Order: sequence, then C-alpha cells, then structure tokens
Amino acid sequence: MRVRAQIGMVLNLDKCIGCHTCSVTCKNVWTSRDGVEYAWFNNVETKPGTGYPTDWENQNRWNGGWERTKSGKLQPKQGSKWRILANIFANPDLPEIDDYYEPFDFDYDHLKSAPEMKAFPTARPRSRISGERMEKIEKGPNWEEILGGEFSKRSEDYNFEGIQKDIYGEYENTFMMYLPRLCEHCLNPACAASCPSGAIYKREEDGIVLIDQEKCRGWRMCVSGCPYKKVYYNWSTGKSEKCTLCYPRIESGNPTVCSETCVGRIRYIGVMLYDADKIEAAANAEETTDLYDAQLGVFLDPKDPEVIAAARADGVPEDWIKAAQESPIWKMAMEWKVAFPLHPEYRTLPMVWYIPPLSPIQNAAEAGAIGMDGAMPDVRNLRIPLKYLANMLTAGDEEPVAHALERMLAMRAYMRSKTVEGVIDETVAKRVGLDGATIEDMYKIMALADYEDRFVIPTTHREQVEEAYDLRGGEGFTNCNGCSSGISQGSLFGGSKKPLKMPEEVR
Amino acid sequence: MHNFLFGIYPYIALSVLIIGSIARYERDPFTWKTSSSQLLRRRQLMMGSVLFHVGVLVIFFGHLVGLLTPIWIFDALGISHGAKQTLAVVAGGIAGVMALIGGLMLFHRRMTDPRIRKTSSFADIGILALLLAQLVLGIGTIFVSLEHLDGHEMTKFMSWAQGIFTFQSDAASHIADVAWIFKLHLVLGLTIFLVFPFTRLVHMLSVPVRYFMRPGYQIVRSRRTKPLSHR
Repeated sequence: MRVRAQIGMVLNLDKCIGCHTCSVTCKNVWTSRDGVEYAWFNNVETKPGTGYPTDWENQNRWNGGWERTKSGKLQPKQGSKWRILANIFANPDLPEIDDYYEPFDFDYDHLKSAPEMKAFPTARPRSRISGERMEKIEKGPNWEEILGGEFSKRSEDYNFEGIQKDIYGEYENTFMMYLPRLCEHCLNPACAASCPSGAIYKREEDGIVLIDQEKCRGWRMCVSGCPYKKVYYNWSTGKSEKCTLCYPRIESGNPTVCSETCVGRIRYIGVMLYDADKIEAAANAEETTDLYDAQLGVFLDPKDPEVIAAARADGVPEDWIKAAQESPIWKMAMEWKVAFPLHPEYRTLPMVWYIPPLSPIQNAAEAGAIGMDGAMPDVRNLRIPLKYLANMLTAGDEEPVAHALERMLAMRAYMRSKTVEGVIDETVAKRVGLDGATIEDMYKIMALADYEDRFVIPTTHREQVEEAYDLRGGEGFTNCNGCSSGISQGSLFGGSKKPLKMPEEVR
Repeated sequence: MHNFLFGIYPYIALSVLIIGSIARYERDPFTWKTSSSQLLRRRQLMMGSVLFHVGVLVIFFGHLVGLLTPIWIFDALGISHGAKQTLAVVAGGIAGVMALIGGLMLFHRRMTDPRIRKTSSFADIGILALLLAQLVLGIGTIFVSLEHLDGHEMTKFMSWAQGIFTFQSDAASHIADVAWIFKLHLVLGLTIFLVFPFTRLVHMLSVPVRYFMRPGYQIVRSRRTKPLSHR
C-alpha cells in the first residue's frame, strides 16, 4: 500500500442551473490572455449535445484516453510511445481550433468612431487570431446552450449510444441537463502519459495535475491524449495549458474559483486517500463496466487504523488525514454512492465526480398515472433516460445510477414527510438501504450545502519544503529573468543561490 | 576573404550556436519550443510537415556522417569515393526534393493563410526562407557533382570540415578551388548555424528520446525534502 492524498471534486448536477458563473469567473482569472481566449478551463455544456470541442466524447474520432490492448496491456489510445513519437511532425488526432471555435471580438470602436450615416452603426465580429473580419460566427464556446440548434446535430451526442434516440427529438419527450466540465485531475492521466517531454506531472501531495511551462516543448500530444479535451494548446506561447485546480487557492485552504463562485452551491471539494499501487490494475480492468467499481477499490478508508498508520508512514500530514475523514467527496462517492466519475471507460480514473440529476416524471402527462415503485416513482420513468446517464457516468451500467437516483428520491420523500407531515418515515430510508440519520446527513450536505460542508480543504505544508524567510519580498509566482522573486535557483551566470524547492520527480 | 569565410566564420558560427543555445536554455527556457501551428490550420501541414522534417533529418544526418567521418574509415571499409559520392547524390537528392516540396508547402501556408501569417514572427518566416534557399542551393550542387562522380571533389569538403573540427589553420585551403555554388551553400549553412539559437530551430535539441527511457507512463513530482524510508 502506498498512500497518497488527492483533492477531489463532486458536482451535484441535480442543482446545476446552467448560469455559467463558474466558466466566467474561471476565464477572468486564468484564460483572459492571448492564445487561450478560445480555451475554457471550465465550461458548462447543455446535454444532450455534442459539447465543446465538438464531439469531444467520441474517442473513435479523437483517440483520447487509454485502451486495453488485445494482449491486456494498458496504453494510450492514440498509440504506444513509438506510435506517439511517429506522429510528432503532424499529429493526426489533434483538433483544429475550429473544432473549438474561432475566437472573436467585436469592432466596438466603430460604435463611436463611425461617421454620420443613415443606418445605426454596428459592432461587427473580427477574428482574434488573424484580425480579419468574420462575416458569420459559426461556433462559440456554448453553441448548444439550452438545446440550441436542431436535434439531428445535437443527437450525435455519444451518450445516446444504445438508445432509440428519435423520440427525444419530439417536443413532448425532450429532455435537458447541464454538464459543467473541468480538468479531471485523473489518477491515471492520459495527458501526462502522452507528453514526450515529461512536462506534465501529478503532484504527490495533492494529486493536482500541472504542466511545467518551462519544460513543455509544444509537441501537443497531451491535447489529443486527454479524452476530456481539457488540455489546451496556447497558440501564442506555443505551450499547452490546463486547469490548475486553482492550486494557489487550494494550497491556502480555499476552494477553486469555479467552486467558490458557484451560485447553485453544487460543487464540493475534499480529500481522498488512495492506494497508488492499485492504480494501474484498476485502470486496466477487463470490462469497461468494471472500471467504476475498480476505481472505488483504489480509495482508502481514512478511518481505518491501518490506512491511517500507512498514511502517516507515507508522509501524509495529520490535518490531511483528518480532512479525508471529513471529506464530503468520500461520503458522496463511497458511503452514499450517489456520485460517479465522468466517462470511466476512458480508463483515466478521473477525480471530478458527478451526482446525476433527477428529472420530471415522463409518463405522468401522457398516461395520467405515474409509474410507481411502491411509495416512490420509478426512476426508469424519469424524463432523462437512465441509459443516457449511465453512458455518461458508469460506462453504460444502469444499476448504480438507478440506485443513486432512488436514494435521492428517497431523501426527498423522507424530508417531505418529516417537514410537511411531521412523520419520520424510516421505511423510505430502509427501502434504499439507508437509515434516517444518514438521510438527514445527506440532506445537510447535498441540499443545504453549507460552505463548511462543501469545502473541506487542508492547507498545504510549504513550511516543510522551503524557508519562509527567503520568500519575503517575493512578488507571487513569477520566477522570471529580471523580476526578483527573492528566490533563485542559481544560474550559469552567477547570482546567489537561495533555496527554491521545486517539485522533483519521484518513482 | 576566402580564409575568413571558411577558416574563421565557421568558428564564429559554431560558437554562437553553442553558447547561444546554452544561454537560451539557461535563461529563457519558456521560449524553448516547437512553435507548432497545427492547431490553427491543419491543411497543408499534415503532408508538408512530415515531408519537410523527414527530408531535413535525412539530409542532416547524411551531412553529419558524410562530412565528419574520417576518410580512412571509408577506405578501410572498402567504400570507394565514387560509390560514396553516388550514394550522397541519390539519397541526398531524394531527401532534398522531399524536404523542398514539404518546405514549399509550409512556406506557402505560412505566407498565405491569414491565421498563420498573423501569428508568424520575423524569425519564423526568416528561418524557413533560409532553409528553403539552402535546400535549393543544395539540390543545385548535385548538378555540379554529377560532372565528377569519382568523389574527388567530395573529399575536399571532408578534409575541410574535419580540418575545422580538428583546429587546422589551413582548413580553408582545401576548398579554395571548388565551384561557387558549393561555397554559397557552405556560407549559408554556417549562417543557419549562426542564427540557430535565436529561432525555433532549437526544438531539434529537445528530441524527446527520454520518453522511451521513462519507466512506465506516469510522472509524479514531490516537494518532499527528505525521501520516504523505503518499504
């Protein structure tokens, strides 16, 4: 057993209202620069839809993620190391910027500088790359907002796999949900595995996946390697960039910008302890439907004395162990089993998990009767097809998703009975394998979702790796030429060497 | 002048190449990159880039081995100068044409595509133009070489290149009487060495061979000062 800590996130899709505050605040902080104006480290997609970049989920097209070869070996789907290097001059799996969208701005100046004319002056779009006039904007970061566009296009959504999808194009049967997406900070990141330079790494202390900007050479294999298409090539600097999980904030115990600003309070951040020795076997599970369970098997129970002892021996700080014990992620993913990884079949063991959304009862309107399963409506009658959610969250296995939705319905029934009728209905809780106390805890965390319950983030222990005295007078995170940060790695050309402890590779 | 261009200029160019590359890697590693523009436009790059790179690599290693392997090794192996000359002309010719076609595609793309044109720096266009000119000159020398396939001329260049690398003060004299197109080709080649550290060409020093030596696929970095006790 090799215990490591990972900062994980859960998004409660049942409460996402699709306001895009997460995307906008993220953009303002991280990607409001040349070269990445097209990049959204966080974006919110309306489902069903093909998403951003278009059709990203279809790995037959993009070859992202991992595959289990016929001989049972785990390798990036875009190919073995040889194959990846053979494509280094021209990467056949790399999206073009038009697969995202061509970034544009408007000629706002024309509104005030236009000469007197009959028609009201307009601000017409202009490409942010070439600076040329764009006659028509064909695509944007959220082109299918609230089911925008015709169904025939949106229905190319990969999650319709194995579903008779035609009826969902009819107005009466249409359904919709939001899917906010960011880097998954995978336990088995395909981007890091594809990087020829070795610039992408996972941090040992918190599992955040980062790109070393000085080591990145722009071979762009990570962009095609990531199945979630959450690594972006900055066409201005020639380096790849990705979501950093706002590590400067996480290090100081604050939630990421997207989580902090989420008005629906759908985001949870907490620590998960996992066994690093089990990762490869888990990612290499034989059947894709086994992957969800395999990933659950990688996590370690932070209350188990054996795990605690091993964590201490592996240098996990005491407050991190405590945070893991109080982690909302652990509760939702492991105890209540209501949260699921996004597309486990990519074999990346993602660490941003999702609680599937409930939806209105489908049959009620047309049949006059609701399909009931005892006292509760049958989750198979929900408007969003179970298979659709299962394709997204459990590689097509409907059972775990149905189980989660039943528990969420039970939580509603129980709390309704308690607050409206004043009756504690333990039978509802029992039916879904829970008890009243657990349901009340679920209600506290999932429904009320206080700040302290959503975010249980221990601070990082920088005092263990660097001398705070040398950091004084520094100006943040820069370490560039000429701007003194108070710390220096020393140089070929002299200068005093002050200890700056950079992360180093470990086996 | 001849002595400057072929006796002194090589040392200037090589010094700038070496010191400049080290300085850039040391002081500004953020700028060390391939500058790929595939994201912005796929068309013409898929074919052009592969042809160009494969062609240039064959030519580069051909020159390296051909010029710097001591003549006595070829003699010991029983490879006649004529055979070596023929090999150089054929292999170099094919690779040269490949690289030229690829390079022209890339140059056309760079100059005419508004996205690529707008995001190109002076150095990006300049180095591609220099390489294309060098390819044209290099292919041009083939026609001169065809007139003396006995390899006699070729050994002059080998003596010169090896003379430079072994610090012989009379290295330049070996090529005093070769055709002007060869001289132009040499001067331009040295000039490419000279500007190398200031262009995107530095990415060739970052060939990711370490990728193969990396154990497994994943990389984890730690800031731990004391390593964990082995268990």
